[in-house]
Amino acid sequence: MPILPPGINETDFSAALGQFAETVGTNWVFTSDEDVALYRDAYSPFWGSDEEKLASAAVAPESVEEVQQIVRIANRYRIPLYPISTGKNYGYGGSAPVHSGSVVVDLKRMNRVLEIDERNATCLVEPGVSYFDLYNAIQEKGAKLWIDCPDPGWGSPIGNALDHGLGYTIGHFRDHFGSHCGMEVVLPNSEVLRTGPGGIPGSKTWQQYQYAFGPQLDGIFTQSNFGIVTKMGFWLAPEPEAFREDTVAVYNHDDLIPLVDVTSYLTNSSISNGLPGLGSPLLRADSDPEHIALLQTSDRPALERYGREKNIPYWTCNIKTYGPKEVINAQWAHAREKFASSIPGATFTEGEKLEFPLTYEQGEEYQQGRIAGGRVDFGIPNLSIFQIISRTPWNPDPKFGHYYFSPIIPKTGEAIFEASKVFTEAYDQLGLSRPPQGITSLPALYYQRSAMLLMALQVTRNVEVDRKNRTAFKELIKIAAEHGWGEYRTPPAFQDDVMNAYSFGNNALRRFNETIKDAIDPNGIISPGKSGIWPKNMRGA
Amino acid sequence: MVHRIAGILVSLSLFVMGQALAQDVERGREVFQYWCAPCHDDGAARPGTVALQILYNGEKPALLEERTDLLPEYTKTIVRTGISIMPFYRKTEISDADLDALAAYLAP
Ligand SMILES: Cc1cc2nc3c(=O)[nH]c(=O)nc-3n(C[C@H](O)[C@H](O)[C@H](O)COP(=O)(O)OP(=O)(O)OC[C@H]3O[C@@H](n4cnc5c(N)ncnc54)[C@H](O)[C@@H]3O)c2cc1C
Ligand code: HEC
Repeated sequence: MPILPPGINETDFSAALGQFAETVGTNWVFTSDEDVALYRDAYSPFWGSDEEKLASAAVAPESVEEVQQIVRIANRYRIPLYPISTGKNYGYGGSAPVHSGSVVVDLKRMNRVLEIDERNATCLVEPGVSYFDLYNAIQEKGAKLWIDCPDPGWGSPIGNALDHGLGYTIGHFRDHFGSHCGMEVVLPNSEVLRTGPGGIPGSKTWQQYQYAFGPQLDGIFTQSNFGIVTKMGFWLAPEPEAFREDTVAVYNHDDLIPLVDVTSYLTNSSISNGLPGLGSPLLRADSDPEHIALLQTSDRPALERYGREKNIPYWTCNIKTYGPKEVINAQWAHAREKFASSIPGATFTEGEKLEFPLTYEQGEEYQQGRIAGGRVDFGIPNLSIFQIISRTPWNPDPKFGHYYFSPIIPKTGEAIFEASKVFTEAYDQLGLSRPPQGITSLPALYYQRSAMLLMALQVTRNVEVDRKNRTAFKELIKIAAEHGWGEYRTPPAFQDDVMNAYSFGNNALRRFNETIKDAIDPNGIISPGKSGIWPKNMRGA
Repeated sequence: MVHRIAGILVSLSLFVMGQALAQDVERGREVFQYWCAPCHDDGAARPGTVALQILYNGEKPALLEERTDLLPEYTKTIVRTGISIMPFYRKTEISDADLDALAAYLAP
């Protein structure tokens, strides 16, 4: 028998489970140890320790009405619920709840693509629809539309967007919450709310206009515990005609500053609409002993000299552009001119040039040799990204997954240098291992106006090592906050800490969230603890 | 007469069984395509295939579909407990019936 929700007696719990079974059918209520164990987070930083966050049971509804009924029953018995869509949140919590003893509401069976509107490039989906499913539905329909997917394709537009997830294609489509349009939510009192124009009965524009009359509420249902989302609309991109990828290379350390500035200018003026990718060939240890030795020293001029002699750039930036062929060629010509006039000595390499639709083979060829990015650059879902942690020639002894420390920093070269210095020192202080040239981990530029550092910690499934890493992670959160940087998302293990770092105005943000929580969910049944938002009865004094 | 009818019944039931099995294996193939192929087929950068290539170094095929030693119980255990960075699957993703079909598809 799995654990009970804290404070709930066995009689009430089994009464609730019985009523869940009447609602969804006995097959779709999971209570045995073996079945409930499938809701553990496979990448849990707590794996095997007595602090691991575990479900007490799971229930898998098939319709909005069943979700409403589950919420009514949970209110009756004060059972904490934890909704998941596809539950593939590896690195940020998997399918496990934040509060041990919660019943996971597994929405995987609600897997219908309800609408694909090719003329207006929108769709409406249920929570169990994965990126693979949505992609397949679009292909079957023959619609000339692109989805924007994160690296792993088995997650869902809804689950990913609700956790502020990100992808790889064109401009604002990469921001998955930002490109959603319209939500349907089962509220903690079991009522159904539709946001945006969905508030009009028989609305004709639910997926076409992101606001409505009055406050725009959608944001409060993300990274929160204010309701169970049962439908969401998304904007899709019309399939572009062509794509090109070009690389700018610069040879001085400080060239990163104009490199980032010009990239920002190009992004912000939509001259280049793809995801820019920063790299540093010179900071990557290679086989030349002289290079390796130089990386161990802090003699920057010597390293720069070595790079120039061997033609190894200090920094590179991939510039990706999507659109009509002549247009993107002209855009690149302009971009190149901007880089050349701002950074003396910059060199340029032309890369891939493709026209859509791709054949299967073209997609495979593009993927070859790429790990992060690849087919996702064209909205083709896949799972190749797992090679960053699986057994590979460069990682012959893999661990059991990873989780990310992921602060948002300003999108400037200066901020990248500062963050690199701060976190390199922090890693050393905290005894975390890092490559000799520092931990950065150049930031990802998914968002158009900011940069995101993604620093992975391994799941070792060694209780002691994982505990030490958790302690170090909490320190990293504090150090980041001292420098004015906050995380965009974090695993349940650290959600209280991250929320506490957003402490402006005597924790006004957390307290306001608590005020909403108490008002709309007085029994505290939806995802207690998510993002550090606890219901009144579970808050410490 | 009785014998003949029994004979017909036996061959009929064998025929029906054969059909069911073929359907199971076809379902198993679909489950594999959907849930496993993105990591275990022979395309570019497939984490499962690359990992098994390194692990076995040619002693066993890197492709699960070419293996002749995957006993159903083993496949089922791996799918429900995971291995290395490969996570386990919930029953809302792969039901017990689908798992049987998948294990039969990969079985020798
Ligand atoms: C190797 C690797 C690479 C990754 N790359 C990326 C990447 O490129 N981009 C990216 O964004 N992420 C990435 N991730 C993180 C993560 O795996 C994905 O974001 C994934 O899509 C999240 O899982 P999901 O979509 O199944 O969401 P879910 O697990 O279903 O949901 C996530 C959370 O949102 C809440 N939630 C979900 N559904 C509901 C609902 N209906 N109502 C209310 N609340 C709900 C719950 O708190 C839930 O825990 C990566 C992870 C790994 C391991
Ligand atoms: C996210 C990628 C991924 C997915 C999806 C995946 N696997 Fe795996 N699988 C791996 C990796 C990586 C390994 C190798 C582990 C290692 O390096 O030891 C593996 C190993 C295995 C093994 C062990 C083989 C052996 O020789 O012991 C089996 C069996 C297996 N997978 C079956 C499946 C099945 C069946 C599915 C689909 C239901 C599946 N896998 C889906 C990544 C994946």
